[in-house]
Amino acid sequence: MYNGGKIIVGIAIFVGLFVFPIFYNMGKPSAMPEPKLDTPVINQLDEKRCVESADYMRANHMQLLDEWRDSVLRDGNFVYESSNGKKYVMSLQNTCMHCHSNKKEFCDSCHTYANVKPYCWSCHLESKEKAL
Amino acid sequence: MNAILSLFAVIGLALIAFIGVKVAHLEFLFGTAIPYIALAVFLIGVISRVLKWGRTPVPFRIPTTCGQQQSLPWIKQSKLDNPSTGAGVIGRMFLEVFLFRSLFSNTKFELREGPKLAYSSTRWLWLGGLAFHWTFFVVLIRHLRLFTEPVPGFLHSIEALDGFLQVGIPGVLISGVVLLFAATYLFLRRVFIPSVRYISLAADYFPLFLIMGVALSGILMRYVVRVDIVSVKMLTMGLASLSPVVPEGISAIFYVHLFLVSALFAYIPYSKIMHLGGVFLSPTRNLANNSRMVRHINPWNYPVEVHTYEEYENDFREKMKKAGLPVEKE
Ligand code: HEC
Ligand code: HEC
Ligand code: HEC
Ligand code: HEM
Repeated sequence: MYNGGKIIVGIAIFVGLFVFPIFYNMGKPSAMPEPKLDTPVINQLDEKRCVESADYMRANHMQLLDEWRDSVLRDGNFVYESSNGKKYVMSLQNTCMHCHSNKKEFCDSCHTYANVKPYCWSCHLESKEKAL
Repeated sequence: MNAILSLFAVIGLALIAFIGVKVAHLEFLFGTAIPYIALAVFLIGVISRVLKWGRTPVPFRIPTTCGQQQSLPWIKQSKLDNPSTGAGVIGRMFLEVFLFRSLFSNTKFELREGPKLAYSSTRWLWLGGLAFHWTFFVVLIRHLRLFTEPVPGFLHSIEALDGFLQVGIPGVLISGVVLLFAATYLFLRRVFIPSVRYISLAADYFPLFLIMGVALSGILMRYVVRVDIVSVKMLTMGLASLSPVVPEGISAIFYVHLFLVSALFAYIPYSKIMHLGGVFLSPTRNLANNSRMVRHINPWNYPVEVHTYEEYENDFREKMKKAGLPVEKE
């Protein structure tokens, strides 16, 4: 081996970078998010259903919000008809946050896990209750 | 032909993952087993190739000299293009690895009207290459959010910077898009410049298509056919904590993305992408040009038996004297 020392150090850095997550996560319990549905409005629902199916919401709620925003602000269309025929007013504050009034335990539990920080809240209110 | 074959190979790989998950329900295979195997092949393959290179002797200084070498004090040395010290080599390597300096000096000859020979520099390859490699790196770093819990704070800063356009929800991340465009440019360059097309092999097209496939599937997954990122992160955290789990309900596009990435990683040690290690071990780059200052002895020199003139004279002194030849010692 020529220049063995330098090459070994290089290899060690290279391997270290790739196995870094294994050491970083070692011994930490996996903190699965558990979004809480326990809000006054949801508790009063007869059928515990979101705007769309839960599977769809989990993957696509950001796209749905984008669609709502464009539809309200560009086309002046306020009513969303969901796939099961129910009608909703398209509003982040008045619809989503009306049911999910517990942003901290609901939205944020997933978002912290996925490391996203939606910037919506610099303008929109988290929940009606707090605003009053 | 080379390009078309490579394209079909990548489409084939994507189909294998898609069908494997959609029809055969091999989520465990594609979600955990193959990524682990790919990572092992990647690490072991890269290390063994680097060690192999490390065992190759480089007895003499063979740096490419692109400027005036160290000489008399009043002749200006080109310290980066012809380094004579360790520090100079480090500077040269740094600029090479991080800024692709040697591509920057790419020159083109043209016969203009006149006839006149014109030299100009073409920076497109440099620009495309730099954009490609840096965005690839940023995308890779950003993916760490799927492999760490809690996610280190700097990752969110990178993502915020990357998505500062705030277009759409989820916001467009510039690096991912530039990656796809830069890879496409590098491919088109091979196709449209005849001289480059002539020297392009399947081994040149295949990695490009593979990376374009990875980027395209990632972009589709983020902006078009969404996947449930929370389930994805459960899977990736399982991988990162060596206790694999395969949550239900992750759509097939994720497995396509992951399989293409696995194929890419397993392919790296056996392909030209090994330049990621090779750039550090290139004797034409990493040696100082100090041949005139330091004596470099060939490590495999063996002791040569010599018969000096003194010994010769000792053997034949008497005979030489008799023959009237001059001798050094009486
Ligand atoms: C009518 C009340 C109501 C409204 C309005 C509502 N949700 Fe829901 N949401 C629910 C209920 C109830 C569930 C649980 C559904 C289930 O588990 O099947 C749920 C589930 C979800 C989930 C999946 C959570 C999980 O545990 O996987 C997400 C994400 C979500 N909602 C986001 C939103 C967003 C974003 C909006 C606004 C576009 C919204 N919701 C509007 C009641 C509502
Ligand atoms: C710069 C401030 C600002 C930010 C940031 C912002 N919005 Fe809005 N949004 C508005 C304004 C202003 C309206 C119009 C309200 C109206 O006309 O009633 C609106 C309306 C909407 C609407 C339809 C009407 C309603 O009552 O909700 C939706 C949906 C919406 N925004 C979603 C979002 C989402 C999702 C985000 C985060 C990704 C976001 N907005 C970030 C300012 C903002
Ligand atoms: C089941 C977990 C979950 C719940 C509950 C949830 N989200 Fe999300 N949300 C996510 C994930 C994961 C992402 C990131 C997706 C990605 O990076 O592609 C996200 C992204 C977003 C984004 C886009 C952010 C960006 O910058 O790209 C918005 C806006 C958003 N969520 C709004 C909400 C709101 C409002 C609620 C509460 C009513 C909510 N979400 C509840 C998982 C969840
Ligand atoms: C060579 C390595 C990889 C490259 C070049 C790559 C490329 C990309 C690109 C360009 C995107 C689009 C979004 C963005 O710009 O970030 C993306 C998204 C994504 N990738 Fe990768 N990827 C790689 C490895 C992986 C691995 C190993 C995984 C998981 C096991 C993964 C999972 C994902 C997921 C889940 C998304 C969607 C993210 C979202 O919706 O926000 N990728 N990828």
